[in-house]
Amino acid sequence: MRKMGRTIQEMRPHRRTASRGKQMDYFVQQLINGLTLGSIYGLIAIGYTMVYGIIGMINFAHGDIFMLGGFAALIVFLVLTSLFAGIPVALLLLVMILVGMLVTGLWNWTIERIAYRPLRGSFRLAPLITAIGMSITLSNFIQVTQGPRNKPIPQLVTDVYHFGDITIALKQIVIVVLTAVLLAAFWYIVNKTPLGRAQRATEQDRKMAALLGVDVDRTISVTFIMGAALAAVAGAMYLMYYGVSSFTDGFTPGVKAFTAAVLGGIGSLPGAVIGGLLIGLIESLWSAYFSIEYKDVATFAILAIVLIFKPTGLLGRPEVEKV
Amino acid sequence: MSPVTEKGETSLMAKAIREGIFAAIISFFMFLLFVGVETYQDINNALVWRMRWGLLFIFVAIAAIGRFLTVAFIKPHLDARKLSKAKSGILEISTQKSFFHRHFLKIALVFLLVYPFLMMLIVGKQGSLKYVDNFGIQILIYVMLAWGLNIVVGLAGLLDLGYVAFYAVGAYSYALLSSYLGLSFWILLPLSGIFAALWGIMLGFPVLRLRGDYLAIVTLAFGEIIRLVLINWTEVTKGTFGISGIAKASVFGIWSFDVGAPNNFAKVFGLASSSVYYKVFLFYVILALCLLTAYVTIRLRRMPIGRAWEALREDEIACRSLGINTVTTKLTAFATGAMFGGFAGSFFAARQGFVSPESFVFLESAVILAIVVLGGMGSLTGIAIAAVVMVGGTELLRDMSFLKIIFGPDFTPELYRMLLFGLAMVIVMLFKPRGFVGAREPTAFLKERKAVSGSFTKEGHG
Repeated sequence: MRKMGRTIQEMRPHRRTASRGKQMDYFVQQLINGLTLGSIYGLIAIGYTMVYGIIGMINFAHGDIFMLGGFAALIVFLVLTSLFAGIPVALLLLVMILVGMLVTGLWNWTIERIAYRPLRGSFRLAPLITAIGMSITLSNFIQVTQGPRNKPIPQLVTDVYHFGDITIALKQIVIVVLTAVLLAAFWYIVNKTPLGRAQRATEQDRKMAALLGVDVDRTISVTFIMGAALAAVAGAMYLMYYGVSSFTDGFTPGVKAFTAAVLGGIGSLPGAVIGGLLIGLIESLWSAYFSIEYKDVATFAILAIVLIFKPTGLLGRPEVEKV
Repeated sequence: MSPVTEKGETSLMAKAIREGIFAAIISFFMFLLFVGVETYQDINNALVWRMRWGLLFIFVAIAAIGRFLTVAFIKPHLDARKLSKAKSGILEISTQKSFFHRHFLKIALVFLLVYPFLMMLIVGKQGSLKYVDNFGIQILIYVMLAWGLNIVVGLAGLLDLGYVAFYAVGAYSYALLSSYLGLSFWILLPLSGIFAALWGIMLGFPVLRLRGDYLAIVTLAFGEIIRLVLINWTEVTKGTFGISGIAKASVFGIWSFDVGAPNNFAKVFGLASSSVYYKVFLFYVILALCLLTAYVTIRLRRMPIGRAWEALREDEIACRSLGINTVTTKLTAFATGAMFGGFAGSFFAARQGFVSPESFVFLESAVILAIVVLGGMGSLTGIAIAAVVMVGGTELLRDMSFLKIIFGPDFTPELYRMLLFGLAMVIVMLFKPRGFVGAREPTAFLKERKAVSGSFTKEGHG
């Protein structure tokens, strides 16, 4: 959290009492920063919203899955750069992301099998508690095995483009473009493939879907793997953007992403992305124009205000309760 | 008959071996990066890595053998027991109770009343400090917090993930008012409760319309907002440095525990000066506060408001159609729960003499909620047992120096405390999804009071 604040502060150009054009540039700069941050939140939020949509549970460990993804990318980076010196950066990033996706997918699959599936028929709070337990376990597991200190890596992508007073880093472009591509692929999977159909059917009515021959257990497992894979991408991007990983990294981005999912209407995929972008924008604009210290307070306060007026989020379906 | 079972045995064994190998492969890939590779900073402060094949092998072996044993022995055993229970037709909740069971509460109360003196007798004055403070007071604080949260989650069925906020409000109310205005503990204790209750109502208003998980995230956000304000409002709260030198509590102003004071407790009674007296006094204060919480909870459950809470938990629509005002019902639940959190908070500040935002992180809320759910929501006894097991268990890990003999001098049990806590949460939940005490005693009944399984009570949807 503090880390994020610092980075934004560094990015902040000197505010001059200059012409309106300069102020406009400053605003656009903040928009770009917010968009980058929002893309990362959006990627994590999809995992929350999909799991919530399909089994109606808050997967509290998802933030730590994101952290695991970041660590996997970090370790792959270290191993590859020391084994193959001079490996092209694009290939390196690709391997980091792919390995991260596979490993965190495997982790989330195992966690679902061990900690969530046995409690699926149980009461609603039981899987929530195991998820919180898993979240504590994962972050402490990394602390024990990899040490409590921050792990810095050198900057991977350093190119920067200038458009007048606006600075766009290549890594920001990579993050936004990758997010867009993944979302398109994801949208295609959910809306156009048999797997996506099974997911949507399971979401609407698990029992009926099972009766019609959908393998519900498998569909739920795949959903967890997909969510984890997206979180792993977000983790790798986060590492590339900030250049540092720590075992506590899961909590704050996790809560922000969860906030994003709820803000957009939990259970709705476009909602998660819009929520993520909104949270990213609120955060960077608030710290640019008001105060960095209170940016998280602003985020949470806006969440509360939105929910007062739209209790099911921006794009969420209103819950109809039948008696 | 024997060939059939033999065939069953061999196929079970084959299955167990297959599952074990499968678990080995899965765990190998899971742990390869995180356990197999160690990352550390070298002399030049650059991040480097080395392989830890031995440790990786241990992890994989544990996973494989564990899975093998589960499939081959533990699961058949559990299944057989379940089957025999179902065949015998004896329900789990029997009316026959042992002496210990029937008088559990009395025994527990007597034990708690003599606990500090018992400890002083066994391990001496200085030695008892640890047991009274780290175990006694620490556990009782969590018991009180969990009982307070139980009113919100267990009785009214509103999922609150930001309960620690009220704890923080109580603690900071005492810390600030005592250091700025010099008010005493016994004035500030009720005041902190009232402040926390007001904050509870403030939180309650915006979330009245929210349900279930939306409620959960807003309460979580509320807890984070309070913590962030405490960190950033440095003029008043001193930020992350926290407030230190908070005044100690006194015995109703008659005897003080400040060393220099003329009415110092030890001096008045002519005892050797020691910090034990203060801790023992605090132990009885928190015990009294816990008993107050329990008493209020038990009495409220029998009052119309308590019944309205439980009705709200079971079915909000039915509640509303029967003319129960859900707004006041929810607000009173939040306010009452928050009030006890505030009491616990001001006690915490008096005990520590120091408060900082570090003590009020989300993890605390999660731990308190975990205690409520693990104990069996709504059951005071169960929650107390859960607090003893979870908090006491992790406190025990703090001083297990004998483990160093087994695992070598580098082994620090402290490091594994939260890891084991998380795992324990998962494991207890898997085996007892309804918590330690799964049975419920209804407040309203026909002719005879019968305990029902916790499976028949709902958890509420906010």
